[in-house]
Amino acid sequence: MNSTLYSLIGLGAGVAFILALKGLSHPKTARRGNLIGAFGATVATLSVFLYVTPSHGEEVGHSLPLHNFWWIIGAILVGLVIGVPAARKVEMTQMPQLVALFNGVGGGAAALVAIVEYLNLGAEATTAEVIFTVFTVVVGCVSFSGSIITFMKLQELMTTRPVVFPGGRFVIAGTLVAVLGVSVWVVTALGTTPLLVLAVLSLLFGVLFVLPVGGADVPIVISLLNAFTGLTVAASGYVLSSTLLIIAGTLVGASGTILTRLMAEAMGRSLFGTLFGAFTAKPQAVSDSTEERPVRSGSADDVAILLNYARRVVIVPGFGLAVAQAQHTVRELADLMISKGIDVAYGIHPVAGRMPGHMNVLLAEANVPYDQLAEMDEVNPTFGQTDVAIVIGANDVVNPAAQTTPGCPIYGMPILEVNNAANIIFLKRSMRPGFAGIENELLYDPKTMLLFGDAKASLTKVVSALKAL
Amino acid sequence: MDAIAIISIFVLAVFVGFEVVSKVSSTLHTPLMSGANAIHGVILVGAIIVADHSETNLELGLSLAAIILATINMVGGFVVTDRMLEMFKPKKSVDKAGE
Repeated sequence: MNSTLYSLIGLGAGVAFILALKGLSHPKTARRGNLIGAFGATVATLSVFLYVTPSHGEEVGHSLPLHNFWWIIGAILVGLVIGVPAARKVEMTQMPQLVALFNGVGGGAAALVAIVEYLNLGAEATTAEVIFTVFTVVVGCVSFSGSIITFMKLQELMTTRPVVFPGGRFVIAGTLVAVLGVSVWVVTALGTTPLLVLAVLSLLFGVLFVLPVGGADVPIVISLLNAFTGLTVAASGYVLSSTLLIIAGTLVGASGTILTRLMAEAMGRSLFGTLFGAFTAKPQAVSDSTEERPVRSGSADDVAILLNYARRVVIVPGFGLAVAQAQHTVRELADLMISKGIDVAYGIHPVAGRMPGHMNVLLAEANVPYDQLAEMDEVNPTFGQTDVAIVIGANDVVNPAAQTTPGCPIYGMPILEVNNAANIIFLKRSMRPGFAGIENELLYDPKTMLLFGDAKASLTKVVSALKAL
Repeated sequence: MDAIAIISIFVLAVFVGFEVVSKVSSTLHTPLMSGANAIHGVILVGAIIVADHSETNLELGLSLAAIILATINMVGGFVVTDRMLEMFKPKKSVDKAGE
């Protein structure tokens, strides 16, 4: 294949990625968009096997096949064997952390590519190439270690709360200064050792950068790290003279930045506050007290009776619904209520679950009609006329502390105002606070009834109790 | 490649990236992020190129690690995005059947 054809294929793949992002922005075309993107990536990958990119300083590449051909094929197979089953088998509840992990390994790959090319070029590298290499290594490593931490937080391998330690901001600032200093060292001195020191420091910075982020801010950080990885891919495209990598990486960097901002807006968070939380966060007054306060807990029969005489019911799903895989049962309950002439709607908080849109995906799986899903702005004004709000495994997204308690970690986040409904039913596993680790006053409200247990088991009981009435 | 050409590509791609996702409902935030995530898996192309350029065992080892990671990112990313979006499909057919 000659270089012109190879470049044109790369351009075609770039166009495919634009169409993919465009398609993914609309519900009707989303799936097709993703397939177009996959097609573009596959064609681009195959084309590398048919054209040898010249090494630095050479006019033309060596003859085909690629050097280390079988090693390359073997490594791709290993990647397939790990990646495909992970993506196919993951539970819907664990999808967000898998995306975080995929993003992290992408950042790691970009950093490794830059390191290898740097070792390969040695003293031949131009200053511009070294600068782009340094950028790729720093940001790729930050993306890698940062994504691992977000993965661990979402997988609950470590605390989901912000981790803030005394003097933390100085440690982070110090690490950042060290990263910048060593970057200059690499650019001026050249050499393998400074580059490895830089990689290690960048990995450390990624960890420190993400540790103080907690609760609802985690998805925003994943989106930001995703944009970061995009930019590293663009920078390594410069070093490798690959137009395709520059286009693809820049597209992801730019769209990822916009997406991060949109997500932050949907949650009422300032992007700046999220990013520099590390420098401003104070150890939060998180309530750890397991104080014994009276709550009103009821049985499935009590809930069924309440529902039977309601005219309007709003179902508020949360992460607990996903954990219990109760999406089909909740639809059964909704259908039953509708057949009894009750007006039913689902109130969907933009960040209910662990990711924006998590609940929509889950309820779509249970074939819940789209017109029953109401977004926050639609449903909030209707809570005043709602007889019963059923909160299923959600907590932070209905916590009035977000509106009333300045200084609490979720203050300022828009919530579903279920506190305006005449009755509130909480389906919960325990009194444990939500992801953000904040006590919910609503649980102690006299108009609240708690139904303890696994969401699916509880809903099944409510359905049979309601049928019997 | 000369610097001006690269800067042109970069700036145009930034604006295209801004434009294509400027209005998207929160329902699609996660699939869109996941799809964009899969797209940057195309660093696999770069990983294969450096594996071809590798001259020492160290370089080859690192570039093979990069290939493995990039393949996981790219293939896993597209598959998981498709799974997320698959969830929307049966609902549409049910809607149509109901009409």
